[in-house]
Amino acid sequence: MQLASDQSASKHGDFTSGIHLPNTLPRRLMTWWMVMRIALEERLAYRGDFALGTLMRFLPIITQIFLWGAVFSSLGDDSSTGKKLGGYNFPDMVAYFLLTMIARAFSSMPGLAGGIASQIRQGEIKRYLIQPVDLVGFLLLSRVAHKLAYYFVAAVPFAFVFFLCRGYFADGFPSAHLFIAFVGSLVMGFLLGFFLEATIGMIGFWFLEVSSLLFIFMLFSFFLSGHMFPLTLLPEGVLTIVNFLPFKYLAYFPAAIFLGKIPDDELPTELAIEAGWVAFFIIACRVMYSRGVKRYSGYGG
Amino acid sequence: MPPIIDVRELTKSYRVHKKREGLMESVRGLFHREYTDVQAVRGINLEVEQGEFVAFLGPNGAGKTTTLKLLSGVINPTSGQATVMGFTPWERRNEYRRRFALVMGQKNQLWWDLPAQESYRLHQQIYGVPPDQFKATLNELTELLDVTRLLGQPVRELSLGERMKMELIAALLHSPDVLFLDEPTIGLDVIAQHNIQQFLRYYQEKRKITVLLTSHYMKDVAALCKRVVIVAGGLVQYDGSLAGIIDKFSGNKVVTLQFGVGDRPSDLSRLGTLLDTNWPKVRISIARAEIPRVLAEALRDYTIEDVSVEDPPLEDVIADLFHQVA
Repeated sequence: MQLASDQSASKHGDFTSGIHLPNTLPRRLMTWWMVMRIALEERLAYRGDFALGTLMRFLPIITQIFLWGAVFSSLGDDSSTGKKLGGYNFPDMVAYFLLTMIARAFSSMPGLAGGIASQIRQGEIKRYLIQPVDLVGFLLLSRVAHKLAYYFVAAVPFAFVFFLCRGYFADGFPSAHLFIAFVGSLVMGFLLGFFLEATIGMIGFWFLEVSSLLFIFMLFSFFLSGHMFPLTLLPEGVLTIVNFLPFKYLAYFPAAIFLGKIPDDELPTELAIEAGWVAFFIIACRVMYSRGVKRYSGYGG
Repeated sequence: MPPIIDVRELTKSYRVHKKREGLMESVRGLFHREYTDVQAVRGINLEVEQGEFVAFLGPNGAGKTTTLKLLSGVINPTSGQATVMGFTPWERRNEYRRRFALVMGQKNQLWWDLPAQESYRLHQQIYGVPPDQFKATLNELTELLDVTRLLGQPVRELSLGERMKMELIAALLHSPDVLFLDEPTIGLDVIAQHNIQQFLRYYQEKRKITVLLTSHYMKDVAALCKRVVIVAGGLVQYDGSLAGIIDKFSGNKVVTLQFGVGDRPSDLSRLGTLLDTNWPKVRISIARAEIPRVLAEALRDYTIEDVSVEDPPLEDVIADLFHQVA
């Protein structure tokens, strides 16, 4: 990623010019660090909103525990033995939701697509055409900073909730190789979430308003990512289709890895497919951006 | 040396969706859209030498901002060519983007919720300004604009005038060679306007940078620019000195006659066009060539206590000119 580059323009040397540093790796890292710092400071400018937003994320898990507790008890399950839904018994189910909460802490990108579209609509996108800065790189770094701040603040409550719910993890901690795959799937989930939403935001170059589109995407993502329930609960035919879509990597996949629900022989292939989706959306986002800018500069401005 | 800004036959037309009035028409618009081409710039030619401070004047919608957008590479032209420092702006090469700046009076590029100095540090990194140069430039600019004490305040808390100063600093931190200013004093009070004018004049003279400015305030233009380019209807209508506008576009002068007390002649319109009567003073617009003859006549026929002959106000001349073009 090249946020700012530098080549001396000797053929244009007739005109006076300020000195610019060459774009070495340390300087590029320094730029990245600066972007992240700014993003972080901006995020923390509204401390109350940030704190509340961070803590509110834990509320849904309580409703989920009650909901699935009721579902399993109506199946005649005393909540520790026997009945399974889509391969998950009640403790598994609670563990699953706790894990999807972690997965979504990586893959969800609140405000990303809408933010890009509104920057296009309001003309703020001009900054990235005038200044030697790359929009996508800039947004990615800002998002990394936001996420890091979130993890930093949320680490303690997360640890506390997991400690309280430790009884639901029947098999305890997964083996080292599963844990590495889990972490890998989280990181790729972040990239997939980012580039998928950024791609949707780029549609703003053509339609200006993307909120309805985004709503549809969110709706699909809600059901097909495994955010609502483990995808194995879906009827076979639907599951086959969902397996071909990228949504499941946003929530279901990391949780399923952690709980050992993905067979060992399928795991490498699945991770490779996820990497493929990440690559696909990186390219899609780039192509949409460069076409969008061409259109923007051709028609609007 | 080639001109630093060289614009040849530049045109830009926008395709805009024609929206008709009424709900039925809006519904129809969902299925069948009509577009019209709006020609914002119809063929501009312009050469600017390094170190010039040029004003772009013109009525709203004349194509001034569109031209600045073309030159800063925000939009691509429909046809024609332009180079700035040898670069084609809409190729948006980083080598070019590091050497110019665009300030728009109605847009801000600073981080709204952060103190300006944070935005400046980011600019330092983006533009690759060496730390000591950054420090020196920032000190100089903040002292010149008298805003050192505001550096640590969130931008949203600043007044419009203060914010504009901060925007200017942001644009100048990387020492651009070419500066585009789009109505930098819009909405500012007289004092803030004056401060910014003085700063711009000082900075431009010292650094010998090239500046293109659009403004609706004649005072900005008179204070800063020796050269004025009038754009209207997407074309360059005039390119020369500010004083030259009057010579070229106004054949008349304004003659003010002061009559004796109680003397109110009613046949003054034979002298020229009556502008206003405010007894004992009367202002008359008279063709320049006619002035000696008309004045002699007036002095012969009436009791006149005082006479003055002036050029018409520049604003009026320009307003007339805009009117004619439109």
